[in-house]
Amino acid sequence: MSDALRPLHNARAIPVAELPLLSLDRFREEILIAVESGGRIVSLFGQPAGDALRLYGAVATPEGGLAVGCADVTGDGYPALTPDCIQAHLFEREIAEQWGLRPEGHPWLKPVRYHRPLAGRDVWNRAPDAEIPPAVTEFFRVEGDEVHEVAVGPVHAGVIEPGHFRFQCHGEQVMHLEIALGYQHRGVEAALAGGPHKRTLPIIETLAGDTTVGHTLAYCQAVEALGDCAPAPRGEALRGVALELERLANHAGDLGALAGDVGYLPTSSYCGRLRGDLLNLTALLCGNRFGRGLIRPGGAAFDADPTRADELLTRLDAIFRDVRGAVELLWSTPSVLARFEDTGVVTPEQCVELGLVGPAARACGISRDVRFEFPAGIYRFAHIPTSAWHGGDVFARAFVRWLEIERSTEFIRTQMHNLPAGEARLPAAPPGPDRFVLSLTEGWRGEICHAALTDSAGRFARYKVTDPSFHNWTGLALALRGQQISDFPLCNKSFNLSYCGHDL
Amino acid sequence: MIEPRHAAPLLALALAPLMTGIINRTKAFFAGRQGPPLLQAYFDLWKLLRKGAVYSRATTWVFRAGPMVGVATGAAALLIVPLGGEPALLAFPGDILLLAGLLALARFFIIAAALDTGSAFEGMGASREAQFSALAEPALLLSLAALARLTGGLSLSDLFRDITPAAWVENGPALALAAAALVIVFLAENARIPVDDPNTHLELTMIHEVMVLDHGGPDFAYVLYGAALKLWVLGALVIGVLVPWRGPNPWANLAAVVAGLFVLSVAVGVVESCMARLRLLRVPQLLTVAGVFAALAIILLRR
Repeated sequence: MSDALRPLHNARAIPVAELPLLSLDRFREEILIAVESGGRIVSLFGQPAGDALRLYGAVATPEGGLAVGCADVTGDGYPALTPDCIQAHLFEREIAEQWGLRPEGHPWLKPVRYHRPLAGRDVWNRAPDAEIPPAVTEFFRVEGDEVHEVAVGPVHAGVIEPGHFRFQCHGEQVMHLEIALGYQHRGVEAALAGGPHKRTLPIIETLAGDTTVGHTLAYCQAVEALGDCAPAPRGEALRGVALELERLANHAGDLGALAGDVGYLPTSSYCGRLRGDLLNLTALLCGNRFGRGLIRPGGAAFDADPTRADELLTRLDAIFRDVRGAVELLWSTPSVLARFEDTGVVTPEQCVELGLVGPAARACGISRDVRFEFPAGIYRFAHIPTSAWHGGDVFARAFVRWLEIERSTEFIRTQMHNLPAGEARLPAAPPGPDRFVLSLTEGWRGEICHAALTDSAGRFARYKVTDPSFHNWTGLALALRGQQISDFPLCNKSFNLSYCGHDL
Repeated sequence: MIEPRHAAPLLALALAPLMTGIINRTKAFFAGRQGPPLLQAYFDLWKLLRKGAVYSRATTWVFRAGPMVGVATGAAALLIVPLGGEPALLAFPGDILLLAGLLALARFFIIAAALDTGSAFEGMGASREAQFSALAEPALLLSLAALARLTGGLSLSDLFRDITPAAWVENGPALALAAAALVIVFLAENARIPVDDPNTHLELTMIHEVMVLDHGGPDFAYVLYGAALKLWVLGALVIGVLVPWRGPNPWANLAAVVAGLFVLSVAVGVVESCMARLRLLRVPQLLTVAGVFAALAIILLRR
């Protein structure tokens, strides 16, 4: 057996037998070397294998590919990766929480989602019948007479998801922010095991409601790869259009919300409306504003006939003109720029160490985009340039969104004009037995990773979802260091991360 | 016989909430919306007055006194602020200091009420309010001092009577500087953009709003009404400087000032529609600028 990680392609299944089972030392070494030389962890999870817990690690290699490997851990613990590789910290906390395996030397070993272990031991030795309320735990504290602690949430003033934020402040200045989530945990991974079944698609479509298309696309890519079947080319193009429409709607909404947070009315109100108009374009394709029911294994469940395609393009042109008008006001208003620039800076070094993804990473000048790096589906044929900017501040995160709006609009125009002929959906084969697949898509928040492992009957032995928010929440916490606490809502909005995508 | 100076405070009591309505309609117009009815502020007050109030066990009488003191000081200020060149109902030398004192008293009680709740948010808001008003108050006093220096009056009534077109011709730059300082103080004291955002729901960014989060029902109605009166009082100072023309008919002068206040409300709406809020760190700089404007006006008048 090989003693290195096995390279593999996005959305191409391999037999489980080809997964290299490394010694634990070798496994750690491979991952650390990959990360140290410029790669990053895409996913890291545990799955019981006999008496041992098998760790699966997937990395984006410095050479620009994907590689995967696994190692068995017997006993209660293993030497943690986190001290040498910060971006593993949440993954290792997750493994500890799910399977009771202690990452020895993890500097901040706390639960991630506050649930009972999926099997076996409990790392924190909680009684089996004890209640586990979310975010009731120890927080990092700064001591001192002049330091005060501000707790925000889980109930917020706006209509948003629940999350708890604990600030250590010196006057108005934030010294440290710790974010505790888990309120939205609903046991998605446990519910997906044993699938695909009737409930699988509805669960996938609501992993993060605003990223329905991104997650469903990742799932369908995975299932198609496991069943060794290719989706309809026309369906693939329509899926790409839906993914970019989702990006357009959310980016436009975010830019409006950013304007709202600094009290800049024109962009705020116009983008609020335009987000709705963009969601309606997805509804035009499939009857649902979030794209539910559109993406199915084998292609797209709804075809776009010529009249509908024409209407979509006409409406898109009008909407894009309005978005341009509303958004360009932001870049030409000094009072807005004064708020955006140099607020919530994440340095490129921090971005690389934390393994940030999506617009948050691209705003640090790091070109990370699944559509470009690991293209699958339509993106193998139609390339979208990566939209990066420098600075790592709120402005950069906003500006990257605008660049992406421009490019995604162009992409949709091209695709709708050149839809491949034929059916939109072909029959899909069920997943094959004993296979493993890594399926990545670039959702509007960033890299979505679904890793699936089938058993001998072709059922999911494990279906592991990594939402971009899982990588990025720590980035937000770091962006707040040394900032004014009054700028937190603005920084938070510039990341706009998902709570339920993280909590699963 | 009812004279305009009797009618002025009553008019203020009745019309002050309308200014909020005009501001919001202006903002709605710029946002391409229809916006709430002009009388929405009255509907809100009526709704709140019919509600019950909830008091935290942590609070004391200070918490309940805050809103009432806000309304009382606002109403008292109406008695000494003249409208349209006529003397106010109460006028005596030195009432410019009383005006600043009344505003400070209201602020003290609102801050004390906020601290009384023991909430981290309200404490943060109180600290911001105290910090910013420590800079806004000198700017207000300095600009009133400049006007007093110009007109020689120590009573608001004398002072505004003597700001005439002729005074503008003679001392235009000084008056313009004092007016600019007053406008900044007006925006800051009334929690408007660019200093504060009255529409935000984000506690961490608020200044004024966050201090009154725990007030509900009639108490919150008093808070809103007190804020409306303050808007009217400080607006009357701005209009008193900017609109110096007086006709022979005092009623017409009064009407002109009221119209001026409504135009000022539109202007506030326009400002809020075309600029973002300042970063909190920058607010002291803006208020210092107001103080410097007022000081410069005094220097110009010393020549």
